[in-house]
Amino acid sequence: MDTDDDFMSAVSSEYDRQDSDNDDMSGVEDFDFDDEPDTFIDSQKEIGHRRKPAYDISFRVFQPADIQRQQQDLIHEVNLILTISKEEAAILLRHFRWNKERLIEDYMDEPSAVLGAAGLASNSASSPKMEIIPGFVCDICCEDEPGLESFALKCGHRYCVDCYRHYLSQKIREEGEAARIQCPSEGCNLIIDARSLDLLVTAELTERYHNLLQRTYVQDKETLKWCPAPDCQNAIECGVKRKDLDKVVPTVACLCGHRFCFGCALNDHQPAPCELVKQWLKKCADDSETANWISANTKECPKCGSTIEKNGGCNHMTCRKCKHEFCWMCMGLWTEHGTSWYNCNRFQEKSGTDARDAQAKSRVSLERYLHYYNRYANHEQSARLDKDIYNKTEKKMVQLQKESGMSWIEVQYLNSASQALQTCRQTLMWTYAFAFYLARNNLTAIFEDNQKDLEMAVEALSGMFEKSVTELADPQLKVVIMDKTTYCNKRRVILLEDTAQNLAEGMESLGEVASPSACG
Amino acid sequence: MSSQKRIAKELVECTASPPTGITVSLPNDSDVHKWHVVLDGPEGTAYAGGRFGLVVSLPIEYPFKAPAVTFATRIYHPNVTNDSLGSICLGLLKSENWKPSTRLLSVLEAVRNLLAEPQPDDPLEARIADEYRRDRREFDKNARSYVARYAKGPVKFDAPRGEPAAGEREGNGGDGGGASGGRA
Repeated sequence: MDTDDDFMSAVSSEYDRQDSDNDDMSGVEDFDFDDEPDTFIDSQKEIGHRRKPAYDISFRVFQPADIQRQQQDLIHEVNLILTISKEEAAILLRHFRWNKERLIEDYMDEPSAVLGAAGLASNSASSPKMEIIPGFVCDICCEDEPGLESFALKCGHRYCVDCYRHYLSQKIREEGEAARIQCPSEGCNLIIDARSLDLLVTAELTERYHNLLQRTYVQDKETLKWCPAPDCQNAIECGVKRKDLDKVVPTVACLCGHRFCFGCALNDHQPAPCELVKQWLKKCADDSETANWISANTKECPKCGSTIEKNGGCNHMTCRKCKHEFCWMCMGLWTEHGTSWYNCNRFQEKSGTDARDAQAKSRVSLERYLHYYNRYANHEQSARLDKDIYNKTEKKMVQLQKESGMSWIEVQYLNSASQALQTCRQTLMWTYAFAFYLARNNLTAIFEDNQKDLEMAVEALSGMFEKSVTELADPQLKVVIMDKTTYCNKRRVILLEDTAQNLAEGMESLGEVASPSACG
Repeated sequence: MSSQKRIAKELVECTASPPTGITVSLPNDSDVHKWHVVLDGPEGTAYAGGRFGLVVSLPIEYPFKAPAVTFATRIYHPNVTNDSLGSICLGLLKSENWKPSTRLLSVLEAVRNLLAEPQPDDPLEARIADEYRRDRREFDKNARSYVARYAKGPVKFDAPRGEPAAGEREGNGGDGGGASGGRA
């Protein structure tokens, strides 16, 4: 396990200062403690001796048992240092968002204030248990039958066990609450502890309660995130902060094999930064492009304004709605065309030129968008197809072993080729979204060269990969595929390295991200 | 059902020794889950002299789930929607704050307190809240004109509450009611 010292680098604190004006965190940081472990970002310049690629970031994967153990370790530690029960230590830690140092410091200063704020009783009454008290009336259901079992936390607000159970299951099952379930009494902020809960509710509910608690541990810590893959229960720890997301694209890989962005939890989208990805996806999903198509392919009736698509035929248009007759070319009245029917000779008139100009402009931006979108979508689709092939790869490898007499190890090159294809396509896909927003400058040319090199290599490898087993059995082809695989991976690294560095240095100007309408 | 006993007890509490300015009745004797409450506008406020109808609906899960309380009488107030729904913003009734031990009596008292002390920092009607903060005289005048128009005479609970006549529609354009006259 690393120590916090590793996270503290001079570089990251410098980042912090530079970006203190960044305010899009305000909602998230309302409980922020400044002395949390700092970012992992190793700047490639400062730490020359253990240089790592700029696009690569440090992260660790935790399995459910690790997460559980971390919590237990912290609880145990606080339990020993502050000599309070483990249940209380857990509640305090949750209140302090697992910032142990801060908790201990504050507790040493003012123990009762800390306990009160966290929802704990400062008296040391014996631990709560179920009791039958003569003459007891439950304040919730108003039952008073003799022998009614009742329960109270240390605050002494006593209710019948049935009501307590009902209350807890309502909170846990319907509201998904766990860490902050208070005593049912009005105005009492005492938090129910895990042991009391275990006493009261069924095993099934207890399990859900503990699951929810576990979830809050990951949610409370800014450096932890769940792996978004379906059925994966791992969490990833990564020190990249939200405010740095315009400079780094923190792609992490879970043990389950899922590669995703720590910043936005979407699938790996290097080299494009999160904000750009968000805009791009919105743009692609938005109706704005439909509108763009309409403006590029249709005209409006000069009289009533209805949108008209010319569906072939001559220039003599008759609006279905208002029966206005006009010329598609010049938009002028059809009757004024006189004898030159079906041959518009009024093309030079001003109104016509204006309409054409407006249309041409719209076409250019539409075509620019479509250029990038088609390539983006193509790689997305190809990546899916490559994945299909990957699923067939194993079969192919078995077949290949039989036909060529190669060993299992010897056919592994197909597997790595398939992996390379998928990651490279994923990257290529996002380079097109990235390029769409990229302002034109000297760096664009380098970027596009990198993109072209990677794309050519990927397409070549993709072609070889689809060859039949008999062809693959040729040992020479194997060498070529292996070389191409290495080359693809290398080209990808070069591209990512280049963009990540420019991004970190703020040299890549993403002018249009701020004003997406400019390119719409 | 366990909640019946509790509701019955609360009903007795509210009707046997009713708190000042609060009158509780059941519109339908066989349904204890729906209460009609008449709230007298607290003295010394712009709502004094008005009688406001409140509809209290107790969910099946009451008291584990909070009751729903709405104004049946239109009221000019920062924390009550200025429409035919009359929704109230009351922290006590939010699911994360609701406690099963909370009595309806304290809910009703909280509503009455809201009339005495509007909470403009937590508004449902931002414009009215703004007016309350900046121009209390104008606010009081508007609130009083609403009382004169809607909160006098017998309280109606179910009849659709009269929308303001055309041209009197309050909101950004209007000055908050026909009776308010010209702005100072």
